[in-house]
Amino acid sequence: MGALLEIRDLDVRFSTQDGEVHAVKRVSLDIHEGTCLGVVGESGSGKSQLFLAAMGLLAANGKVSGSVRYRGQELLGLPAQQLNQFRGSKITMIFQDPLTSLTPHMNVGAQIVEALTQHRKMPRDEAQTRAREMLDYVRIPESGRRMRQYPHELSGGMRQRVMIAMATITGPDLVIADEPTTALDVTVQAQILEILRALKTDKKTALALISHDMGVIAGNADEVQVMRHGEVVERGPVDAIFYAPQQDYTKMLLAAMPRLSDPVRLATEPREILLDVKDVVVTFPVKGDGFFAKTRPLRAVDGVSFTLRAGETLGVVGESGCGKSTLARAVLQLIPPDAGQVVWLGRDLTQAQQREIRGARKDFQIVFQDPLASLDPRMPIGVSIAEPLKTLEPGLSRSTVRARVATMMAQVGLDPAWINRYPHELSGGQNQRVGIARAMIVRPKMVICDEAVSALDVSIQAQIVDLLKSLQAETGLALIFISHDLAVVRQISHRVMVLYLGRVVESADAGTLYDDPRHPYTRALLSAIPTPDPEVERARARTLLTGDLPSPLDSRAQLTFLKSKRIDDPDAVQYRPKLLEVSPGHLVAEFD
Amino acid sequence: MLGYALKRFLGALPTLFIIVTVAFFMMRAAPGGPFDSARKLPPEIEHNIEVAYNLDKPLIVQYGIYLERLVKGDLGPSYKNKDFTVAQLIGIGLPVSVKLGLSAMTLAVFFGVMLGVWAALRQNHWQDYSVMAIAMVGITIPTFVTAPLLALVFGVYGIHIFGMDFTLPVGGWNGGALPNMMLPVTVLALPQIAIIARLTRGSMIEVMRSNYIRTARAKGLAAGTVVWRHALRAALLPLVSYLGPAVAGILTGSLIVEQIFGVPGIGRYFIQAALNRDYTLVLGVVICYAALIIALNFVADILYGLLDPRVRLR
Amino acid sequence: MSAIGNSRKAETLERAFAGRSLWADARARLFKNRAAVASMIVLAIITLMALFAPYLSRYAYDAIDYDLVSCAPSWWPGDAACSAGGTHWFGTDAVGRDLFVRVLYGARVSLAVGVVATLVSLVIGVLYGATAGYLGGRVDAVMMRAVDILYSLPFIFFVIILMVMFDRNFILLFVAIGAVVWLTMARIVRGQTLSAKQKEYIEAARAAGVSPFAIITRHIIPNVVGPVVVYVTLTVPDVILTESFLSFLGLGIQEPLTSWGVLISDGANTMESAPWLLVFPALFMAVTLFCFNFIGDGLRDALDPKDY
Repeated sequence: MGALLEIRDLDVRFSTQDGEVHAVKRVSLDIHEGTCLGVVGESGSGKSQLFLAAMGLLAANGKVSGSVRYRGQELLGLPAQQLNQFRGSKITMIFQDPLTSLTPHMNVGAQIVEALTQHRKMPRDEAQTRAREMLDYVRIPESGRRMRQYPHELSGGMRQRVMIAMATITGPDLVIADEPTTALDVTVQAQILEILRALKTDKKTALALISHDMGVIAGNADEVQVMRHGEVVERGPVDAIFYAPQQDYTKMLLAAMPRLSDPVRLATEPREILLDVKDVVVTFPVKGDGFFAKTRPLRAVDGVSFTLRAGETLGVVGESGCGKSTLARAVLQLIPPDAGQVVWLGRDLTQAQQREIRGARKDFQIVFQDPLASLDPRMPIGVSIAEPLKTLEPGLSRSTVRARVATMMAQVGLDPAWINRYPHELSGGQNQRVGIARAMIVRPKMVICDEAVSALDVSIQAQIVDLLKSLQAETGLALIFISHDLAVVRQISHRVMVLYLGRVVESADAGTLYDDPRHPYTRALLSAIPTPDPEVERARARTLLTGDLPSPLDSRAQLTFLKSKRIDDPDAVQYRPKLLEVSPGHLVAEFD
Repeated sequence: MLGYALKRFLGALPTLFIIVTVAFFMMRAAPGGPFDSARKLPPEIEHNIEVAYNLDKPLIVQYGIYLERLVKGDLGPSYKNKDFTVAQLIGIGLPVSVKLGLSAMTLAVFFGVMLGVWAALRQNHWQDYSVMAIAMVGITIPTFVTAPLLALVFGVYGIHIFGMDFTLPVGGWNGGALPNMMLPVTVLALPQIAIIARLTRGSMIEVMRSNYIRTARAKGLAAGTVVWRHALRAALLPLVSYLGPAVAGILTGSLIVEQIFGVPGIGRYFIQAALNRDYTLVLGVVICYAALIIALNFVADILYGLLDPRVRLR
Repeated sequence: MSAIGNSRKAETLERAFAGRSLWADARARLFKNRAAVASMIVLAIITLMALFAPYLSRYAYDAIDYDLVSCAPSWWPGDAACSAGGTHWFGTDAVGRDLFVRVLYGARVSLAVGVVATLVSLVIGVLYGATAGYLGGRVDAVMMRAVDILYSLPFIFFVIILMVMFDRNFILLFVAIGAVVWLTMARIVRGQTLSAKQKEYIEAARAAGVSPFAIITRHIIPNVVGPVVVYVTLTVPDVILTESFLSFLGLGIQEPLTSWGVLISDGANTMESAPWLLVFPALFMAVTLFCFNFIGDGLRDALDPKDY
């Protein structure tokens, strides 16, 4: 039986101002009815461009050649009018960023209805009803009201559900999902993947799942295709790829993925306490809606306490809105806390003068998430690295500075000869090493890594994590490692703290947290992490959180896990769940 | 939406107030007065004149009197055209100028948007280049060149092709009859057509590159639907922001056009009044224009809110 | 970072030691833009001609000659009322002055007004916009509200009032025009400052203890310069047009000095009888304006290239 979609020798080139880019190099693949093909690769692998070209959605400067057959019908080169009979009805596509992928000035219902009526003649009321039913199917509550809302009024998870509704309402044979969950929080990601899986089982829809995350692929694909630099590296059934990879690149990808089965870092010898954070609160005023609305306080960090010792890594985990980045900035005094104390080496920084704080900056530094955005694009990397050194140790001579920059670059794995290169000439991983060099050059006692590896490819992620661990071993520095990815956090942390809407819900040694999670939120997080192990994924019972993350402005949201004590009035002062010590060093917030 | 509109409206009032104040004090600060003439008048007559026009009182008091009368709609008498009040003069000239300006604006938006969208959809092809070239010409050639040029071509020499006569009257308004309006309106609209075409083209190109247009195409929508229903509304947003300056541009251009084509609008009054130090008339005209522009800015704000739900719903 | 961009990064690894800065990239792109390069050459020629005007013609710009009133240049097609002989390359005007040298002197004035007024607007606009952008919050809101208010004024009217009040003072002309044009400059600078301020590398600099002043000079200003330069080249034509508008209304440069605006408005009046009086100054002005526009567009594309 022929495949549903047959792609042969697909070749995509782009002519850019800086020369020609060969994005896809003669790739062939088959997708069979009712199966899911997982296409995995790092950035630059061409996995997205491949399918964009097949759907005729390439940018204007792209050239495509080859053959794309849907049930024997050649799609490549078809005039748009004929292509539109398949595109959007038989073959549909969902994209990575649902906010920018939905038309901002049309309400959600109209966009879904449009997908339907474009391909099938039907009266408006029927189309509206079908659209509502679709919204119910993707589990959007209050579908009637939601139909009339605009994309920016919905959360990220809901927007992606709307995209899925739009893509499935015509009953397609094939849905192409391009990184559908990358921009979403982990618990929301699990829900979206559940819906996609249901498409396959309920409606027998074939799926092309494009992702850089091997765990996502392991849990959803039947066939897997690994791509690199526009070429197919390896292809096969999912079990074969994951359990018996043939190619080195595939093996490297699998090895680089952090797994929950990896050994955990053991607790170190307790050394001196460097940082003692007590009940820190950070609020932001948020303007309400409407003409006469008051400004309400958004409690981004709502009473967080922890200690950090030298040579130790504390992992801070949570999804968007949990306050982890705000906490980092409050500790570094980049944002002044509204309450609480930040005691560094015995001195309370919240009470200190600006000059004292600046003097203390030598001791703690930060590495940011987006390596390119955190470097001034007009300064050579050598100057960026030297800047903290020149500011915080002003007496040094030029040659000394240069020497230290060169040494630092070598230490983080950069060729010192690149000292005059610019950030846009380096890759993401290399730029992140620059960021680390900049943070480390003043020999700080503590470094905060704020999602420092989240924007990097998996293989690079592993390298950077190893770099941080070796720097820690060499210098005895303390790390606060902030991430939404529990798997990565596990690789590097001695202790882990889980945040939810600005408060700590669980805190323990790494081993204890992953083996014996108590709080329902921690368990939901852990169960939502996809592992690159197909059998485990298939067998797993999921503890799904339903719905999206509640808004941090809603004071009742904190008691999601303690509903028995929740007062339903939005203006009432709610009960604060206490942190209980269930075993030495293992703190858990109260829950039902 | 209502809250948004209200906020914008309340913001507009102080602006008008400030403009009136600044204009008032500026005119008074200029050396010379409205009644300086070659011959020196006997002192009692001069004094009487001053009292009659309140010129002897301190400046602040004069300001207060002016405001008081302004609120009642009384713009004062024209110092130079002694038989008319300013309000009367403006009443004669304003409808003419508004008709002229509005027609030019409509023409400009219509053609500018059409050309801009056309050029954007055929980017880097001959259609695009030719539109952009014409736009460049339209922007760089000043109105006081195109006005007499077109007057010459269509009025004095006339175009006779295909046995038809395309001669247009050049002077006189004739109550706003269509043949008389054609030349002034076209000349006034030309620079704005050029600017709007460029603006729309750039904005359209940006929008066509966005992710939601890619989604619309992926849904299998026809090309026309993608452009008209999805792209155009977003592409028009910068145009709406430009409406205020566009009107200001048209008002500026009308000074020349009214003079060259003999259109009896208030633009013509303005320069004469400025040169003659006819305080009240100058002030009246400035207030008029300012009110027009502010009102149009308000309309533009409302339009923006209608086009972009993110602004009004936050 | 786009997928396309990243695979290029891998290819740029084997490269010479000195980095290729963003300015160098932009400069290379600019010089590949033929329209921009041609415009720069033409503009340079016109500027040189303006600077060396006295040496390029034997006639003084204010030398009246009542024998050769409104005479066409000898090579002018058709028969004009009189021919000015071989030495008046552009013909003569209503009082017999040589048009060629007057066009060059007009170039001096128009270019000077263009450059100086733009500089005035640059200084005001940058100071105002950078302050508003950097201070942010309330101060920014108030300052920008003021700009919004001024924007809605028919500013030209106030310029006219000013010119009338102070009797066509030459310096005032520069200042008045500059005062009209600074608003958009302020908006652009403020917008750029705001977006630069929110970039992560600013936060990184603060974490490194860099003082606010050093942050502004070292990080914000170099990153704001680009769009400002583009806008400056696009402002000059605007200013020249404004000056010509004022001249047309009789409020610009005084006799015997001349600018393109004056020449054009005089020429427009005698369009039928002596068209050369309009054609040559208009041509020079149009070409100059085109050049500035092409250079401005070229700079914009060079500094912010869009691939497709």
